[in-house]
Amino acid sequence: MSKTLSFNAHLLVTLVWVVVALGMVFLYAPQEATMGEVQRIFYIHVSSAWTAFVAYFLVFLGSVGYLWKHSPEADDLAQAAGEVGFVFCSAVLVTGPLWAKPVWGIWWTWDARLTLTFVLWLLFVSYLMLRSYVSSPGRTGALAAIVGIIGFVDVPIDYMAIRWWRTQHPQPVIAGGESSGLDPRMWVTLLVTWGAFLCLFSYLLRQRMWLAEARRELSALRRALGIRPSED
Amino acid sequence: MRSLTIISAIFVKDLRVEWRNRETLAAMCVFGLLVVFLFNFAFAPGREESLRLLPGLLWVSFAFAGIICFNRSFAVERENACLEGMALAAVDPGLIFVGKMLANLLFLGIAECVIVFAASLWYDFSFLPSLKWFALITFLCTTGYVAVGTMFGAVAANTHMREVMLPVLQFPVAVPVLIAGIEASTGALKGDPPATYLGWIKLAAGFAVIFTVLSYLLFEYVLEE
Amino acid sequence: MVSKYFGDLAALSGAHLRIEPGEAILLYGPNGAGKTTLLRLLASLDRPSEGRVLFGGKDIHRQAAKAAIGFASHATFLYGDLTVRENLKFFGRLFALPRLENRIAAALELFRLDDRARTPVYKLSRGMQQRVSLARVFLHEPQFLLLDEPFTGLDAATVAILETLLRQLPVEGKSVVFSTHDFERGAALARRLVALESGRIRYDGPLALVPRNLLPVTAEKPES
Repeated sequence: MSKTLSFNAHLLVTLVWVVVALGMVFLYAPQEATMGEVQRIFYIHVSSAWTAFVAYFLVFLGSVGYLWKHSPEADDLAQAAGEVGFVFCSAVLVTGPLWAKPVWGIWWTWDARLTLTFVLWLLFVSYLMLRSYVSSPGRTGALAAIVGIIGFVDVPIDYMAIRWWRTQHPQPVIAGGESSGLDPRMWVTLLVTWGAFLCLFSYLLRQRMWLAEARRELSALRRALGIRPSED
Repeated sequence: MRSLTIISAIFVKDLRVEWRNRETLAAMCVFGLLVVFLFNFAFAPGREESLRLLPGLLWVSFAFAGIICFNRSFAVERENACLEGMALAAVDPGLIFVGKMLANLLFLGIAECVIVFAASLWYDFSFLPSLKWFALITFLCTTGYVAVGTMFGAVAANTHMREVMLPVLQFPVAVPVLIAGIEASTGALKGDPPATYLGWIKLAAGFAVIFTVLSYLLFEYVLEE
Repeated sequence: MVSKYFGDLAALSGAHLRIEPGEAILLYGPNGAGKTTLLRLLASLDRPSEGRVLFGGKDIHRQAAKAAIGFASHATFLYGDLTVRENLKFFGRLFALPRLENRIAAALELFRLDDRARTPVYKLSRGMQQRVSLARVFLHEPQFLLLDEPFTGLDAATVAILETLLRQLPVEGKSVVFSTHDFERGAALARRLVALESGRIRYDGPLALVPRNLLPVTAEKPES
């Protein structure tokens, strides 16, 4: 299957899935007892969060793969997952307040989940910043891989530390929805929405990786033709 | 054993270089003291308040002093491409890491002592009753912090905006030890039984071990081209 | 066959080089030709983007290989705050050299640094610092010496010391590869010429046989 065809097929599947998911979110899922319509943002909020964590795991995989095999594809994966994951992580931090304000009256709270997500967001930011600021282009892969690996190992420890911290200093909890008994229809909607998000994520990921690969080919061509950067 | 010789050679070298002009230590202590000093204007606490605020204040101070330390640690090496000199000597890169980490640990430890001493004077707060536990907690958390900081110091040295890049990398990853340091210190300084904050101590110890080993293994990738 | 890229720039393409013990090789070419890149690859400081660098048939990134190689460039690898002796001692310990004190004494004497052994490096002139850097290179008695523009910035006394040493090395069965802008001086010390231009090797063979048409390209750009 040619690349373009594959991409288009992927895009089509994504669009369909997203439409289905949105339909379920608004029409199929029951209205939540206390929070009203605004609660529906929960599906987007949680799906984005779970996707962001998957993305960071892929950053880790790409990083390990790059250090182990020195393969540019692994580095492409890490970079792409970092960029797309950052977008999804930002979505979590945006939908959080959008949900919190109408329902609880506060924009933000440092509860365990949000704090952890914020730390994850910082990890994405630092990862992307590092990739931009490396002085010598050939070193970006290795340095970014180190940061990616250390960051990923840090996440479970962050989770533990933040949870303990919050049990010692309890705060209002947003998104209590998960543990406080979800209607089965809500579960189904959530999973379908998450699936849609993963589909979207993987599509964007593949596009980004393809772009990175194209850039490398361009570089090789430039080299072969002896075009020096200053002559661009 | 050859490894120990090399680690000690690097450790001693870092100490000796620092001893010649003591710039890093001075900067660390001054900066740390400034942070403590500025907090005084923010809070002007009484004794009860001090107990609540001191651990956080101290750890913020330690965190920034550490940043100065890690930046300088590799600025020294960059002057004459000294890291390349070490790469030529076929030194196991992990050993370079350990040598520098131990040196940084010592420097930060010294700065921490100075900062704590000043804080005890300025806030009229005695650390002596809980010194044993407080020292243990601080030591474990600092070790973890220095392990990550030394590694990221080397990484950041390869970037533009390296002074900014280091804290951006360091602080998100260091969140667990900062929390652990603050929580456990609070418990220790209040005189709570150690069992209440033992969990934090274990977390800090685990963090230190994990990230020292991880950094030791990954350091070769910072050095190679 | 190695190549080294920096982004779009092929600093070195398709370079193939073989160095035997006891050779004295002059690496020549205009600025940006790739001399430094090639030397750094040979010294195992950089990894090639394509191809491999081998030492004794095996990959160069091993301890045994590095112990036999010495590299010097305009960066001195010295700690300014430490004295000459302290710097040498540090490097000696890194190489785990036996009888270190003797070697340091010998190096100090060879490079006439005895009277400055206790001086912090930052206080020395640029030329003297280069001299200390060379002393550092000779400390572990490498079999293969790689020198990037070793004559640049040296004072006359150090030049004399270096020239004597460079003549001596092939006799002892050691090899030296050095680059320089000063073709006359280089030609007097080397037997084999490797000429680089735009990242490619244009000539690799005995100095005596170098084709006339290569020389005008290189010799007519007198950089100092």
